[in-house]
Amino acid sequence: MTTEELKAFEDEIYAYVGREVCPPTPAKDDVNVAMIRQWAEIIGDTNPAYTDADWAANSARGHTIAPPAMMYVWGQEGFAVTTGRAPDAQSDLVSLFNEHGYTGVLGTNVKQEYFKEVSPGDNVVMEMTIDNISERKTTGRGPGYFFETLATFSNQHGEKIGTQRFKVLKFIPQEQPAAVASEETLQVPTRIPSPRGHDNKWWWEACDAGKVLIQRCKSCQTLRHPPRPMCGKCQSMEWDSIESTLEGEILSHTQLHHPKIPGYQYPLVCAVIKLSEGTNFVANIVGCEPSDIHIGMKVKGAVEQVDEKTMLPQFYPA
Amino acid sequence: MVANVKDKAVIVGIGNTTFSKDSGVSELSLAVQAIKAAIDDAGLKPSDIDGMATFTMDTNDEIEVARALGVGELTFYGRSHYGGGAATSCLHQATMAIATGMAETVVVYRALNGRSGHRFSGGVAGDITTADAIHWGWYMPYGLLTPASWVAMFTQRWMHNTGVTKDALFEVAHSTRVYGANNPAAFFYGREFDRAEYDAARMIADPLQLFDCCQESDGGSAVIVTTPERARDLRQPGVSVRGVAQCAAEDQEQMTSFYREEFAGIPEMETSAKNVYAMSGLSADDIDAAVIYDAFSPIVLWQLEAWGFCGFGESGDFVKDGALRTDGRLPTNTHGGQLSEAYIHGVNGIVEATRLVRGSSVNQPAKTVNHALVTSGVGIPTGGAILGKMD
Ligand SMILES: [Zn+2]
Repeated sequence: MTTEELKAFEDEIYAYVGREVCPPTPAKDDVNVAMIRQWAEIIGDTNPAYTDADWAANSARGHTIAPPAMMYVWGQEGFAVTTGRAPDAQSDLVSLFNEHGYTGVLGTNVKQEYFKEVSPGDNVVMEMTIDNISERKTTGRGPGYFFETLATFSNQHGEKIGTQRFKVLKFIPQEQPAAVASEETLQVPTRIPSPRGHDNKWWWEACDAGKVLIQRCKSCQTLRHPPRPMCGKCQSMEWDSIESTLEGEILSHTQLHHPKIPGYQYPLVCAVIKLSEGTNFVANIVGCEPSDIHIGMKVKGAVEQVDEKTMLPQFYPA
Repeated sequence: MVANVKDKAVIVGIGNTTFSKDSGVSELSLAVQAIKAAIDDAGLKPSDIDGMATFTMDTNDEIEVARALGVGELTFYGRSHYGGGAATSCLHQATMAIATGMAETVVVYRALNGRSGHRFSGGVAGDITTADAIHWGWYMPYGLLTPASWVAMFTQRWMHNTGVTKDALFEVAHSTRVYGANNPAAFFYGREFDRAEYDAARMIADPLQLFDCCQESDGGSAVIVTTPERARDLRQPGVSVRGVAQCAAEDQEQMTSFYREEFAGIPEMETSAKNVYAMSGLSADDIDAAVIYDAFSPIVLWQLEAWGFCGFGESGDFVKDGALRTDGRLPTNTHGGQLSEAYIHGVNGIVEATRLVRGSSVNQPAKTVNHALVTSGVGIPTGGAILGKMD
């Protein structure tokens, strides 16, 4: 593309800034409890303010509300969209990008702001414009432009309830080296491993081989965990280790609910365990209901493969 | 006993930025805005600053702050480690520098995009091999990798040992929220919750629920500290550092000191308290109000015990009698704390403790506040300070 052609193209795309994508349009369905319940179930949001009418009746609001993040849900076209949709300023802009080789598309981020709540029975009215288009950028995906739509949501009384900005990158796809492409194939996440250095590598290597070791001072025989390079009792740097029997008692525990980290299986419980050898140790408790776990409970551990890459001590009720 | 620096340093200026979830500006911008506000409050000029103290985790290098603000020469800069444990440790650094003459006027600052930038609730990931990363490695593979989960582990055992219940955690969270709801600068201004909402909030890590955990904030806070001689000539009534101390206790880990004979305790804060009381010649009876580090509701309770406001295991009863409320024995976290004002790693707490002694808190207790306690985060090396009216 010559400089003149680029200028002509950019004049054409920038003319879309401020154009209306859709005029104020009431949602086909009013805000309703069935949609709220399904959405909350799928998202896993258990906030009773959304789904528990009895609870909500006693709350400050006196009734349930729709999750604010559902704002964009109400105006969705539904199944009709599979048979094509009428052209609008956004689809015209996308076609213009495609015709000039900017065929790649990547939704980069969505930002919502909320001003007012809506409840079952309300109706959400959406309008949308093309808010801005960036200058030409060089990105990891290829050269392209970011454009952002601005959707504004109101209730049936014309009161603004929120906005949504949706940013999209339209780019000229570049040939990706094979190695990069293979990295993008789906990988099942695994647990975050410990880094391994001089002072702990030996412990994790034993763990990989199915053993839990406890470091022991060669000079004064004091056991220590986690491992350290020097004995705090006698300052000796000579040490060996013993293998734990993995018998112990729970000193404290917590069930991790939020955030859920990719690679970990929930329900997930961590505990501080006093091993029969005398040192304290942190590990997972498995093999029972989290609610049955208590301080003083006797446990017995084993080193197990917990995912594709990770060997880890897991403790069961003894 | 540690050296005595009683009344050698005086807080003469305080400043906060707006607190938000998305500042839209750099952390450096927040830092210089907070510091400029504190300098203005003191009636000083940027060129009067010759020392700086901040957190090791702060991204705002002293020299960048100095250039942006137009500060000239710095003859002292010292950083304190261990996250929120550094809050009053920065004041400790400033006080030592002033007491020894290494600097005359030191700014303590902390500024972060804690919500829109790096979020501490995301926990640790350990992709480099340092002693610290290896330490986190004993917990990460098991999923014990967020601040809430580490504090939950201590809380569960402490509640087991003492019999303290969620009623006490609620009272800490609720009294703090009531203060915050009345503070226009607080994120939760105008928004209270009741017991039903507290109980219904999502579980984070047993026994901690959403309202037991502080928010994440974008913002900055700063205080200006100088000599008593200089302080007398300045605009604001001086707020003197009666005592300040820090401590890393035996067998200390960052947030995971699970290897002590009894780990449901905060010996590092007990030692800090003992040294601050010895330095100041004061006792718990002399403290009229407090700003107690509240990243999580239960840690306020442990600190009430460590500072001797009540005995071990008695903090639940102490707070349930309304002690933390504005007309109570020890009005606490009157700005709304980090639970409800903003999470600026405790430096907004030093700002509020200064206001309490000046008499200018938005929730100022009716009684005279001669002495206010302010503390740093726990579960880590920590500390605290007692502030009082300059003689
Ligand atoms: Zn030894």
